[in-house]
Amino acid sequence: MRIGIVCPYAWDVPGGVQFHIRDLAEHLIRLGHEVSVLAPADDETPLPPYVVSAGRAVPVPYNGSVARLNFGFLSAARVRRWLQSGAFDVIHIHEPASPSLGLLACWAAQGPIVATFHTSNPRSRAMIAAYPILQPALEKISARIAVSEYARRTLVEHLGGDAVVIPNGVDVDFFADAEPKPEWQSAAARGQDEGGGPRAGTIGFIGRIDEPRKGLPVLMKALPAILAEIPHARLLVAGRGDEEEAVAGLPAALRSRVEFLGMVSDEDKARLLRSVDLYVAPNTGGESFGIILVEAMSAGAPVLASDLDAFAQVLDQGAAGELFANEDADALAAAAVRLLGDPARRAELRAHGSRHVRRFDWSTVGADILAVYETVTDGAASVAADERAGLRARWGLAKD
Amino acid sequence: MTTFIWIAAVVVLVGIYLSWTAGRLDRLHARIDAARAALDAQLLRRASVAQEIGTSGVLDPAASIVLYQAAHEARQAEEDHREVAESELTQALRATLGEEAQLAAVREAPGGAQTLTELTAAIRRVPMARRFHNDAVRAARAVRRHRVVRYFRLAGHAPFPLAFEMDDEPPAAIGDRPAGS
Repeated sequence: MRIGIVCPYAWDVPGGVQFHIRDLAEHLIRLGHEVSVLAPADDETPLPPYVVSAGRAVPVPYNGSVARLNFGFLSAARVRRWLQSGAFDVIHIHEPASPSLGLLACWAAQGPIVATFHTSNPRSRAMIAAYPILQPALEKISARIAVSEYARRTLVEHLGGDAVVIPNGVDVDFFADAEPKPEWQSAAARGQDEGGGPRAGTIGFIGRIDEPRKGLPVLMKALPAILAEIPHARLLVAGRGDEEEAVAGLPAALRSRVEFLGMVSDEDKARLLRSVDLYVAPNTGGESFGIILVEAMSAGAPVLASDLDAFAQVLDQGAAGELFANEDADALAAAAVRLLGDPARRAELRAHGSRHVRRFDWSTVGADILAVYETVTDGAASVAADERAGLRARWGLAKD
Repeated sequence: MTTFIWIAAVVVLVGIYLSWTAGRLDRLHARIDAARAALDAQLLRRASVAQEIGTSGVLDPAASIVLYQAAHEARQAEEDHREVAESELTQALRATLGEEAQLAAVREAPGGAQTLTELTAAIRRVPMARRFHNDAVRAARAVRRHRVVRYFRLAGHAPFPLAFEMDDEPPAAIGDRPAGS
């Protein structure tokens, strides 16, 4: 099958959507499909062979943060050219409602269009104002995919219609087979008994340090209470941001219990998740899926997460990982202390988690996405550039 | 003279808007047709595999009859009875193939594994195709409710689109996602 995938965000900036598209494209190519990804990228950025650049993304303030988006005539022309030269059987647009390549591609294409909605933003005024403009483009989409039941619900509320739920994919074996790193493990995990009861105590956190939404401040607030019960516990933090500021609220004596690892590579991320005794996801909101939880479970780390809708769903309503009341540092501390002192419960979570994550493995997710492609191409012609804009041509005024 | 030019400009703009809306509606109707064809294909696939299993003699006679009967009804159903017949096939599938033991019996028969893969694929794709179809129907209805579309009869003689409602809950043993399926 010839598949065109449209990525709305700059290819060279790391992000969940970009990683998802990269993994999806590589998975489909391994299965023998022809895949082309259209993504914003600087002209000098080295790109994998299957990515086509749609030009440089412009940083614009949008939706409360600075987003790097593509728009304008130049991008529109590139989208059109890509559609014409690609002759795709199906195109798969990510985030079609963001004012970037996704929307441009939706506008310019006709034929079987599949779209994945990643974010579940609360309804914004801009969206309401843009509704009459968005609607004609969005109604061309033959199949909508939401990444979670929660994302589907918001999508249905905001735009009407329906969507199928296909979760984001994870390469489960990559995480399951990673080698733990001894310096990131606790004595108990290394199998050394130093005497004196349970010695498990390594807590992991991965995410942007300076983004309060990711919840590190909640974890920092809970840390003194955890350390009061388990003095040898330590917290490993991987992610970008200001380390000084992150520990500012912590008593000076406890700061040595927090280790910052900075940005880590995919390999190190997997090794970190394999090493820790407990992975904590204290995110306070704005999550529509929670891929990191799936990665942690794949690596066999017991998970303790805030009870966001999306997280509860990924964790099988608390069966595959424990949940605590969102933004409640005391509840987080109590749950963490209980879990770290209870090897049996952690083993149980590990076992349930590794069974549960199989449904998020690319072999399952990729098959579901292909099923969607096949369903929409069953009764339809292939993708072409939409000639509706060719009104001039209809009246014989076009030059070519 | 200027008034005339203004009136002409307005008429042309209204004309462009109407032509654009008619094009939009036409595309939506085409999308419904494609989605309906895809849904039909999945439903037929499901019914044929169910009928195959029903006639194969792998299941016990009672289950075979129930499954065969439901699959036959689903394939022969008239358009206005279709939703009921397909829902009954879903229920028959749930009743006859709801347990792992029965699936195992089918899997062990020669060629059974392949039949079961086809059935699983069809059972999973029916709800998918139905959602896509009903989504297209909803989008077309939203446009057709517009005053402009109604006054200028832009929908022409296309019938008012109807959603396809049926019970498509898969059998428990097929619905879960065990490892590697």
